[in-house]
Amino acid sequence: MNNMLELVHISKNYHEASSVTQAIQDISLEVRDGELLSIVGPSGCGKSTLLSIISGLAPPSSGEIRILKQPATVGYMLQQDHLFGWRTIFQNACLGLEIQKKLTEENLSFVHQLLRQYGLAEFENRYPSCLSGGMRQRAALIRTLAVKPNILLLDEPFSALDYQTRLYVADEITSIIRLEKKTAVFVTHDISEAVAASDRVAVLTRRPAKLQAIHQIEFSPGFKPREAPEFREYFNLIWKELDIHA
Amino acid sequence: MHETASLEHSLYLKKIKQRKILVKISQISLLAAFFGIWEAAAVIKLIDPFIFGQPSQMFKDMIFLAKEFNLLFHIRVTLGECILGFLISTILGTFIAMLLWWNDFLQKTLNPYLVVLNSLPKTALAPILIVWIGNNVRAVIFTAVITSIIVTVLSVLTGFNEVSKDKIKLVRTFGGTKLDVLLKVVFPASIPTIANALDINIGLSFVGVIVGEFLVAKYGLGYLISYGSQILRMSWVMTSIIILCLLAALVHRLAVALMKACLSGR
Ligand SMILES: Nc1ncnc2c1ncn2[C@@H]1O[C@H](COP(=O)(O)OP(=O)(O)OP(=O)(O)O)[C@@H](O)[C@H]1O
Ligand SMILES: [Mg+2]
Repeated sequence: MNNMLELVHISKNYHEASSVTQAIQDISLEVRDGELLSIVGPSGCGKSTLLSIISGLAPPSSGEIRILKQPATVGYMLQQDHLFGWRTIFQNACLGLEIQKKLTEENLSFVHQLLRQYGLAEFENRYPSCLSGGMRQRAALIRTLAVKPNILLLDEPFSALDYQTRLYVADEITSIIRLEKKTAVFVTHDISEAVAASDRVAVLTRRPAKLQAIHQIEFSPGFKPREAPEFREYFNLIWKELDIHA
Repeated sequence: MHETASLEHSLYLKKIKQRKILVKISQISLLAAFFGIWEAAAVIKLIDPFIFGQPSQMFKDMIFLAKEFNLLFHIRVTLGECILGFLISTILGTFIAMLLWWNDFLQKTLNPYLVVLNSLPKTALAPILIVWIGNNVRAVIFTAVITSIIVTVLSVLTGFNEVSKDKIKLVRTFGGTKLDVLLKVVFPASIPTIANALDINIGLSFVGVIVGEFLVAKYGLGYLISYGSQILRMSWVMTSIIILCLLAALVHRLAVALMKACLSGR
């Protein structure tokens, strides 16, 4: 598989008047084309920072990001859905297209199609307050997919949901990502979510975040991830790695 | 089961409706009692109608003023000045808040001045404005604007600054510029704050207008009030104040309607 993206010796410090916070220390990592890579790490270790750096929103203090497949369009899904209350679901879904001035007939019908495909067609003209947490999360994903990014960055996109919805929505969103054949980097602090959803799991240490380990996840054929015998093994392995440094 | 529920519900609705009517009746009776007692106290000479006014006399005065003194014209002037002052301060204030939001350096630099200006009683500046601008309607409108604009700037700016960082980040992730952030998130997210500022602004704008009219002394209810007190026609003063109350109520209603229009669909 080709690499989509490479992080080369990335470090990041935050400067404040009274202190310097070292958030990331020398992380090198590649993201392969079409894979779903999870990043797990203790809370506050620098996961969101890493995504911001990948997206280009924040410059690293040192190191570089190489995007190997052009055009490098990044879609970013944040911890909360942040649907705008003053826009309908359709208008929300078109936000990215609007900002990028790409409101063409073709793109608009693509958004309609996504909404239809993922069960939001009848809510197109409703406001976000009418939607359940899971539906809102789907709408947020559609807003991201609308601009046809080739890399998706997801920052704990399910953390605002309650546990049951969360299991369901996580499966749903990851299957959408697979269906759309996207490359995705998925940040979480939920180990089982990471193991169930992804091709590889990168484990970060406590702040300053360093790369602790990276695991290729493979399940026996014919099993759902969470029911496969390997699931517990991966879970325990990663749990121990996190625990040592927590 | 269902039937008892709907019965319960209709009883509940009835109760709410009755309560609403009761409140309305009480409000009206309070007003009637106020004027009734006022009138009675004046008739039995408990209070001196020459100094405290008398509702029946005020009513006569209102008709007299309307016929001989162009009362409607004065009302129109005051109302016009107030609405104009209010619109200018809301629009200009929001615009200034946008500038300050845009340029953080400017915001930090001007902050102490805004805070001082905010606690200054702006009507104290009215006499200066009249010297500078002239003894005319423009000076009155200007007074109305300065009384309400600082509050507008500060409250709208607070609204802008409170918009969630992640919402801004979202626009940035799509490659949005600062202008996109302003137009797509910061401004629309602050519309409730701005709408709230409207109501306060109308009240302040009235204060500015009346003080301005006291000083400019040509037209308007403020002029009638100060003229009435100079020639010791207290009932004219009272009449003008009552009309001012009605205007304030009217304009408040207008502000609420405007607010609702701004917030529709949220
Ligand atoms: N803009 C900033 N300025 C200063 N320090 C920051 C800034 N953003 C993050 N930090 C600090 O950097 C560290 C890493 O933050 P980051 O948000 O990347 O962690 P995280 O792993 O995403 O945490 P969480 O699990 O809570 O989402 C934290 O200690 C945080 O306080
Ligand atoms: Mg985070």
